[in-house]
Amino acid sequence: MREDPLIPGPYTHAPTSVSRTMILVMLALLPATLLSLYLFGWPAIFLFTVTLLAAVLAEAVSLQISGRPPRPFLLDGSALLTGWLLALTLPPWAPWWIGVVGALLAIVIGKQVFGGIGQNLFNPAMVARVALLISFPLEMTLFNPPVPLFSAQAPGFLESLSITFGSSGQLDAISSATTLGHYKTELSRGLTIDQAAGDADTLWQLTLGNAAGSLGETSALLLLLSGLFLIYKRVITWHIPLAMLGTLALCAGIFNLVDPDTYVGPLTHLMSGAAILGAFFIATELVTSPVSVRGQLIFGAGCGLLVYVIRTFAGYPEGVAFAVMLMNACTPLIDHYFKPRIYGRTRKGEPLSYAEKGGEA
Amino acid sequence: MSSGKLIKLFKIRGGVHPDDRKSLSAEQPIENLPMPDLLHIPLQQHIGAPANPLVRRGELVKKGQLLARSQGAISAPVHAPTSGRIMGVGGYPAHHASGLSVRTITLKPDGNDEWGDIPEPATEPFTLSPEEIAQRVAQAGIVGMGGATFPSAVKLNLRKRYELNTLIINGAECEPYLTCDDRLMREQPEEILDGVALMACALSVEKVLFAIENNKPMAQAAIKQASRGHPNITMVGLPTRYPMGSEKHLVQTLTGQETPARGLTADIGIVVHNVATALAVHDALRHGRPLISRVMTVSGNAICNPRNLRVPLGTPLESLIEYCGGYRQEPARLISGGPMMGQPLPSTRVPAVKGSNGLLALTDIEIQAAPEMPCIRCASCVQACPCGLVPLEMAANIRAGGLDNSVSLGLLDCIACGSCSYVCPSHIPLVQYFNFAKGELASRQRTQHKQGEIKRLAEARTVRMEATKKAKREAMMKRKKEMEEKKQREAEAAAAAEAQA
Repeated sequence: MREDPLIPGPYTHAPTSVSRTMILVMLALLPATLLSLYLFGWPAIFLFTVTLLAAVLAEAVSLQISGRPPRPFLLDGSALLTGWLLALTLPPWAPWWIGVVGALLAIVIGKQVFGGIGQNLFNPAMVARVALLISFPLEMTLFNPPVPLFSAQAPGFLESLSITFGSSGQLDAISSATTLGHYKTELSRGLTIDQAAGDADTLWQLTLGNAAGSLGETSALLLLLSGLFLIYKRVITWHIPLAMLGTLALCAGIFNLVDPDTYVGPLTHLMSGAAILGAFFIATELVTSPVSVRGQLIFGAGCGLLVYVIRTFAGYPEGVAFAVMLMNACTPLIDHYFKPRIYGRTRKGEPLSYAEKGGEA
Repeated sequence: MSSGKLIKLFKIRGGVHPDDRKSLSAEQPIENLPMPDLLHIPLQQHIGAPANPLVRRGELVKKGQLLARSQGAISAPVHAPTSGRIMGVGGYPAHHASGLSVRTITLKPDGNDEWGDIPEPATEPFTLSPEEIAQRVAQAGIVGMGGATFPSAVKLNLRKRYELNTLIINGAECEPYLTCDDRLMREQPEEILDGVALMACALSVEKVLFAIENNKPMAQAAIKQASRGHPNITMVGLPTRYPMGSEKHLVQTLTGQETPARGLTADIGIVVHNVATALAVHDALRHGRPLISRVMTVSGNAICNPRNLRVPLGTPLESLIEYCGGYRQEPARLISGGPMMGQPLPSTRVPAVKGSNGLLALTDIEIQAAPEMPCIRCASCVQACPCGLVPLEMAANIRAGGLDNSVSLGLLDCIACGSCSYVCPSHIPLVQYFNFAKGELASRQRTQHKQGEIKRLAEARTVRMEATKKAKREAMMKRKKEMEEKKQREAEAAAAAEAQA
């Protein structure tokens, strides 16, 4: 027997660990990511690689500076996942420094400054995305239609190097709007939804991923399946995604019913942009979401409502990042007011009393 | 009507599904452990006041003889597990993680195992009054044998203060590895049910539910078979989930009712007893035998031959390990009880006691220990907590020294089941935080109580001193006055005498 007999119980443990959680999330992201990398070709692959490398490097340096042991914290995979999620929110052909600056913002400002893993108030990837969007609006809103790897229109390896690492001037020629961006522009020109829909991506395109958008905004179907995989693996629960998508669909449905000419329908809202990615992978981020079931439902519903409000009434065509960050800020409050009911007590915390109800049933 | 009836089960919150690893020992019939060379019988093997020793060094005792008498309302006596000579009454390492020395009677068996004078078996125990049954249970030194070791007779007397309607027998045995109750139910179902019927009689309740988890189909079948002779006893299969054996959660599963916070199950008319306790009650009333041995599971992958053993109380645990063929490999941990709520043992010299249900020698692979990482707020602990607490928040408060905050978050509603620690991906010893905080709280309350008492005594003393001083002063004044009066009288008398003269 070893010398330290007072190590606390239990003396058995579920097969869980932080790195297992992170690896499962990355595994879930893999199919959609691979599809996106295929659809957007070499520039996307370069950007993705650069962003992930920068995130891990930033984490290593931060750990070094804060005097923490780098090994266990790097191996937990959280920095890799943050970089991954950030990369998915970037325009696929964005220049390399967008990825690097984003990764630094996410890891250093979004996470390590708060005290490292588990301490951050806001989703680090969203901190970076929002900061990038506000600081570099041009680079962050230049989208291009998918040109699958090895297809005729796809840029070659060297050409791709110059897209990612060179000057990004040539991109303008082939840029294209995202579905939500398209509707926003057309509606502001006074067109109705029906008129605008002619040029927009079809729902089918959005489902499969063959549409312009950020790296991770492509295949709603694959992301949905991956999200369900995470629920099945019990990494996340259904509460936040369902509440978020349900609220979004509900709002879109109501407005669309009232005035179908001005308001986009619920299916387009669900299938386009980062709705699915956000609902299953961003809003559910463990550290920054509430811990109780009721709290999670409220959090999800808040995210859905804010996404709809921002998409429909604000200046930006997409609002997942803003919505999630605003709700992140509410998480401590939600956690404070919405706790599970304690066994043997009422919701108010008083011991149950059967006598007052006139004896038990 | 008893066995075929279906009982509606209710859902409990949270819980976990640890690998039960019962197959290691589940098929091993109960064997009697040979009498060891020395028995170390602690005076306190129960919750409450320690027993008061009645024997002295060198005395010869018979099997079943009373060695120490219970003292106080909540206590239990201790009997001799075999005949032999008392070697002494003194300190010996306790069956406890601390390994601290506690008062223990050391008995050297003489090998004859000769019974002494034990109470006459009750010929017709069902004609006894509830008080008499409870008294015989108290005399036999029976305590809750599921591990809580609360004196059983006190629980049988709850009828005096509560309106009881149901007795629930806890055969859940939800801790992994442990199979001692499983084996007892398979091998002695008739005796157990007789004990159950006697307890129901003592409690004056009509309805008895015998609850067994569904991972013990053989035990369920045996109890179901035996319960044909007892129309008021119903066997109920429970879903396999930890902590199903927690008294309050068992009651909720079977009745849908929650026990009010800080209350007893008796508040909702229910008393819960363990399977092994029922057998001990049977032995006490039918055979007059006090509680001098118990069945323990010796298991874990570090043990050569896991077994279920009937162990005389006071047997050093090393005898059990030796009987099971010793270690297959050096164990990483020695645990008393199950792996979820069990305690680490400091040494194998410590004795088996009334509350020991298991002795586990676990390997590193079984324990799955890993270094602690920061909390990632994944809420696994919130989902797993059967009590509806937020363990991560309580632990964060305790870590920051916010003991009062943790109490308002429900620290005292925690049953220390360990489900939160079990699921934590960061391997944070959550339940350890809570146990520590409860200990801190208790010691703070003791200190406060002590300070209060000191203050009260000091104030009383001041008042007393004041009163004495005042009394003294008054007495002095009185004397002075008397003296003056006397002087005056004398002066007057002298003046009068002078005047006469």
